[in-house]
Amino acid sequence: MKLTLEQVRHVADLARLELSASEVETYRHRLSVILEAVEQLAEVDTAGIEASSHVIAGSVHARVDEASSESGTRQTLSNAPQVSGTSFVIPKVIE
Amino acid sequence: MTGLLEAAASLSSAQRTSVELTQASLEAIERDDGAVKSFLRLDPEGAMAAARASDERRVQGRALGPLDGLPLALKDNILTEGLETTAGSKILKGFKPPFDATVTRKLREAGAVIIGKTNLDEFAMGSSTEASAFQKTHNPYDLTRTPGGSSGGSAAAVAAGMVGGALGSDTGGSIRQPASFTNTVGLKPTWGRVSRWGVVAFASSLDQVGTLTRTVADAAVLLEAISGFDANDSTSADLPKPGAQAGLEAGVRGLTIGLPDEYFVAGLDPEIERAVRAAAAQYEALGATVKRISLPHTRHALATYYVIACSEASSNLGRYDGVRYGHRTADPKTLRELYNKSRSEGFGDEVKRRIMLGTFALSAGYYDAYYVKAQRVRTLIKRDFDEAFKTVDVILSPTSPVAPWALGEKLDDPLAMYLADVMTLPTSLAGLPAVSVPAGFTANHLPIGAQVVGPAWGEALILRVARALERETRFFEKGPHRAGV
Repeated sequence: MKLTLEQVRHVADLARLELSASEVETYRHRLSVILEAVEQLAEVDTAGIEASSHVIAGSVHARVDEASSESGTRQTLSNAPQVSGTSFVIPKVIE
Repeated sequence: MTGLLEAAASLSSAQRTSVELTQASLEAIERDDGAVKSFLRLDPEGAMAAARASDERRVQGRALGPLDGLPLALKDNILTEGLETTAGSKILKGFKPPFDATVTRKLREAGAVIIGKTNLDEFAMGSSTEASAFQKTHNPYDLTRTPGGSSGGSAAAVAAGMVGGALGSDTGGSIRQPASFTNTVGLKPTWGRVSRWGVVAFASSLDQVGTLTRTVADAAVLLEAISGFDANDSTSADLPKPGAQAGLEAGVRGLTIGLPDEYFVAGLDPEIERAVRAAAAQYEALGATVKRISLPHTRHALATYYVIACSEASSNLGRYDGVRYGHRTADPKTLRELYNKSRSEGFGDEVKRRIMLGTFALSAGYYDAYYVKAQRVRTLIKRDFDEAFKTVDVILSPTSPVAPWALGEKLDDPLAMYLADVMTLPTSLAGLPAVSVPAGFTANHLPIGAQVVGPAWGEALILRVARALERETRFFEKGPHRAGV
């Protein structure tokens, strides 16, 4: 399918990406080319076929839900762009 | 630098020390990597300290095993505590992991010396290592060409003899294709064989850590060290280690090898086809039965892969928001501006394209037609392999339909770049183990790789098959033509 400029802007917004006007045009073209190539999937008969989120049986399992403290506060904050005490700092969200 | 087992033998016979091997590795990098550009960063102090500790253990009779004291490289999407790890992205520039990936820890526990971090396409998204935010890696066999990708830095470092082995990651062919482009052995284990904990996520249902080495035996040794259950990765399998070293020389007599019709079609370079058919003939001469098989959904693998991989990427890369780590835009006024600007400034073009594609495929109104549809076709692709393995032991094909291309050649045509992965994607979607093994050279002296695919958990089998070809052909001995290096 050919995307509209409006659709590209909507997807960019969902993806939290800011695109310039020329980027919107470029992405519209490039994503449309890829989506047209992907459309061949519609011709595959998948009636009654289950959707696989992974394909290797038996390799996914849950662990016991126990708290551990491998990473301390200091390590967790060590790469943060801006911290205050033991908190990450972000712009104010409540007026 | 020799292969891993050869280097290990030189240590255990006291001909060399780990300090000597490590210095030799650092000198080779110093000499040649200005032209190859395989490393993003080195850790000479950490490496030398590890080497000295290894030599001390050995003197005291406490050597840890075959990897003790051997210099290795890690793809830069594998976390190394305190040593910057960027995944080839500006958004992670300066990121110093607070912990080691499980594979890093396992290598350290085996005594390995971690020399440095290798270049990759940003977030492992690419097939040429040109989409790195930092540098383009060159193929040691022809410096004007790509080493493949996304583990191109690891492949080039091994091919150029800077290290005896390296880890990479493979989501759709990112270990196997660069191995085939650099005359090295590239092993992608079964999904779940190796822990992904501490490996920068791209597409979690496809990502798997694996090895790049000069020889098949070296791949078996390295796989043994990194595989195994990890409580920190709920998708790692609780199975015994593959034990691939033991039966490596058992040969192929009595095995049935399938050649899929769908892989020998228009678009396959005739020189590559000849080399892989010669490998098949070699296997027959060694006592295997070679037969044609069909994997009928192969032509849908590319579309299926891009929908699934990009969808998972759009979700996984949501974590880069400028809050907890990574790039933050200067002086954001609102939270939304913080997110949007940090991400737009930090991600490169290919990554943005894939995030956008995935976000679209997961968005309201398109989810069923794209994402769920691709998951259903994925089931059919998996069933193709299940059917095939009822009549054959392993599947043989080219690793890549094309030889290494000139740097820059496919950059403006993402679809052409994606098509280069068409022979490795189906195996990834099916979660199966596969190895690329050297299968010869084109008339231009460019490496060709053959791919051997096995059933789930069949690493020992595919390595044994790869070894049978290696033993007869010994292509790995043909070093790179590094004119100008």
